[in-house]
Amino acid sequence: MDSTSISIALSGSGGTGVMTAGSLLLDVAARAGYYGLMTRTLGPQIRGGEAAALMRLGVAEVTGPDDTYHVLLALDWGNIERFAAEIPLNAESIVISDPAHGPVPEVIASTGARLVEIPLGALAATVANGRPNMVALGVLTALLGLNLEHTTAVVAAELADRDDETLAASLGAVQAGFSAADPCVCPVTLAPPARAAGTPRWALSGNEATGAGALRGGVRFVAAYPITPATDILEYLAVHLPRLGGALVQAEDELASINMILGSSFGGTPSLTATSGPGLALMTESIGLGIAAEVPVVICNVMRGGPSTGIPTKSEQSDLNIAIHGVHGDAPHVVTAPTSISDCVFTTQWSVHLAECLQVPVITLSDQAMGQARTVIDAPAIVPLNGQRKLATTTVEHYERYEVTADGISPMALPGTPGLEYTADGLEHSPRGTPSTQAAHHQEQLDKRQRKLLQFDYGPFWADIAGDGDIAILTWGSVTGAAMEAAERLRKGGVAVKVIAMRLLSPALPDRLADALVGVDRVLVVEQSHSQQFLHYLRGHFALPARTRTHARPGPVSIRPAEIMAAVDDLFQEA
Amino acid sequence: MNTTEPTRLTPKQYKSDIKPVWCKGCGDFSVIAAITRGLSQLQLPRENVAFVSGIGCSSRIPAYSAVYGFHGVHGRALPIATGLKLARPELTVLVAGGDGDGFSIGGNHFMHSCRRNVDLTYVVMDNSVYGMTKGQASPTTASDWTGSKLTPEGPGMPPFRPLEIALSAGANFISRATANDPNGMAEQIVEAIRHPGFSLVHVLCPCVTYRPEQQELFKARAHADWQSTTERAEAMHRLADDDGYTTGILYQGDRPAFMPPPEPRATLEQIETEFRI
Ligand SMILES: Cc1ncc(C[n+]2csc(CCOP(=O)(O)OP(=O)(O)O)c2C)c(N)n1
Ligand code: SF4
Repeated sequence: MDSTSISIALSGSGGTGVMTAGSLLLDVAARAGYYGLMTRTLGPQIRGGEAAALMRLGVAEVTGPDDTYHVLLALDWGNIERFAAEIPLNAESIVISDPAHGPVPEVIASTGARLVEIPLGALAATVANGRPNMVALGVLTALLGLNLEHTTAVVAAELADRDDETLAASLGAVQAGFSAADPCVCPVTLAPPARAAGTPRWALSGNEATGAGALRGGVRFVAAYPITPATDILEYLAVHLPRLGGALVQAEDELASINMILGSSFGGTPSLTATSGPGLALMTESIGLGIAAEVPVVICNVMRGGPSTGIPTKSEQSDLNIAIHGVHGDAPHVVTAPTSISDCVFTTQWSVHLAECLQVPVITLSDQAMGQARTVIDAPAIVPLNGQRKLATTTVEHYERYEVTADGISPMALPGTPGLEYTADGLEHSPRGTPSTQAAHHQEQLDKRQRKLLQFDYGPFWADIAGDGDIAILTWGSVTGAAMEAAERLRKGGVAVKVIAMRLLSPALPDRLADALVGVDRVLVVEQSHSQQFLHYLRGHFALPARTRTHARPGPVSIRPAEIMAAVDDLFQEA
Repeated sequence: MNTTEPTRLTPKQYKSDIKPVWCKGCGDFSVIAAITRGLSQLQLPRENVAFVSGIGCSSRIPAYSAVYGFHGVHGRALPIATGLKLARPELTVLVAGGDGDGFSIGGNHFMHSCRRNVDLTYVVMDNSVYGMTKGQASPTTASDWTGSKLTPEGPGMPPFRPLEIALSAGANFISRATANDPNGMAEQIVEAIRHPGFSLVHVLCPCVTYRPEQQELFKARAHADWQSTTERAEAMHRLADDDGYTTGILYQGDRPAFMPPPEPRATLEQIETEFRI
């Protein structure tokens, strides 16, 4: 049966090289013209322990996981029970394992998947310094009907800076695996790729995509403190910012990093930091400073399971509350979220644009599932959005930095501009910036800061909307891929479903959503949080149809299309 | 736009028209006087100077000067100044605050700013008390000071020794002044601004409201015995014997300042090409 996608899980103990094999396989498929997505799942430990590369290869862009895996290839069974829930299998699936590592554990055997034994270790041993993960790569090349020459070329490129013996060992192991793959028959065969001719394709991670979006947006200063799963954004920018004349500083903590970027942005440089939940919690006081002092900055929060240190290596969408409501006082700011890995480029660029135009901190919510997944996509189109600050440049008698304007945006003077010296302040202030406790000053500054966000034209970017129907799925972030796929399958089955994936989470634009919900009488809200944070936020700010239901559950197991379909089905059945 | 070259800027021209909220007699008045005097001596164009602070009585100081300023949140002035200086290396960036702001809530930033050595001038107004929150013990308060309702038995910890910490952490310029001698302080500020890298000017600065005894104490005890040394070991030795009231420039090292960003050498397009497969 020809399929438009195929899902493969490669598991093993940390250090067995499953991530390397997975990412090479993705490159091999890319050479053949396919697209794909590889998510990493790791235990809480940083090295050692369990690991799996969760892959889905497709004839077109892949934006989310499938319901089940067609193939599980286990290099060994180390701690498989800890993450078996993330690798659903069924009777159609095949499990490839090395008999040397013992019988198939019950959690896997009980799925009914067909077992194929291949002595990965023994095959590796037939080649000097051969490694089982390269044997696995050979097996998968054959199993998926991919081209061995592509695999050879990808491995050679990967090992370009290593010696000939290392390359020979890897290629030998790949060949051994390729030849030994005969006994497995893949449950599905991948249809030919559906590539549009001429569109260049990119291979990158979501975090790199965020970095690319930051650069497109014009960010030239970054300060941050490392935290999983956001660090790769910083690693990308640390290399590329200096090439563009920018700088990245590793700060002593998150309190420093947010304040450093407030300082650089006060100086006129578009600035960004990246962090994850605990870091965002530390930053909230100073995000308030950015709001009061009207200094544009972007904070990329790559969500992980919380609260506290939670599950640092796996995904969740449970920082929505803190992102929207975390700052003390009346603190209007912008919260955005990319709807796919590819969209991390656009949403980050747009977030920089919004921050600069509105002189406000923007929090953008990516998550581990997007950030640390590697994907092959069509190169994202270049969008001409490079927000320019409204600047004050000509000397006036009494410059009012926080002038109360109709659109709420006050012209900002940059240090170095003669005659407009002022002091930015987090204390409430008069239009001139002088600290003030007067009720009228507080009221007019609060009004102004809120007004500038509400009067801005966010264009069509506030949401991605697909399909039509009287049922709508309302969702956000990395769950969008699964929601879009669920709707697509439902549509094929004759059920018309609209998907609205919100990219602008705050400020709330109730009219926009109301327009999008015209003709919709049932809504399913889909999110990956335990306390239904998105649903509660929507209920507080938007008018939803009486028949609004929720499909919410925490991470780290990905939300899959089939469960969304089932939830839509329930809604459909309701009287 | 300045069409005609201005005549010499006087200290007064570096002052804003905002009236300070400080208590009459507060040492902070003499610090703003010393800073504006120092700026006038250096004839720095007002628009090219930025003055950053945190929160506290002393942190109110940027608004009282007529240069660019950023009054942030408690303890975070140094990171703001660091970001600003790195993004805009051509600016002269001053940082000011109190002993609570700098050594308690901002203590980590203090140490790491000394290490990082960005070209900043940090003036700490040390009155060994939290003035703004009405008289609690600060990190530099003596362990047996029972004047605060929060620590009626005294803080019970030895006071923080900012200059020793600064020297150990790698600060390149360290000096101490008193509010009683604004001229001496102005001279130190001028040298601190001229010195590349991170410079610390520690000011014994009385809080007349919550530590009224300080005014006389600082006057009586201060002694101008430090001549600048470039030897770390010598500076360390002097600090070991220091009674906390020695003034002057203690140490001037020659560690290079943290570098501003390099010139661009690639285009966005070139960088993005690297994603292509
Ligand atoms: C996060 C936070 N915690 C506490 C405070 C309250 N607070 C304001 S000023 C201050 C201490 C100021 O003392 P110091 O820095 O020594 O300055 P002084 O007022 O003595 O000049 C404190 C604790 C605050 N503003 N922010
Ligand atoms: S309380 Fe103390 S530090 Fe604050 S203004 Fe008054 S005298 Fe100065």
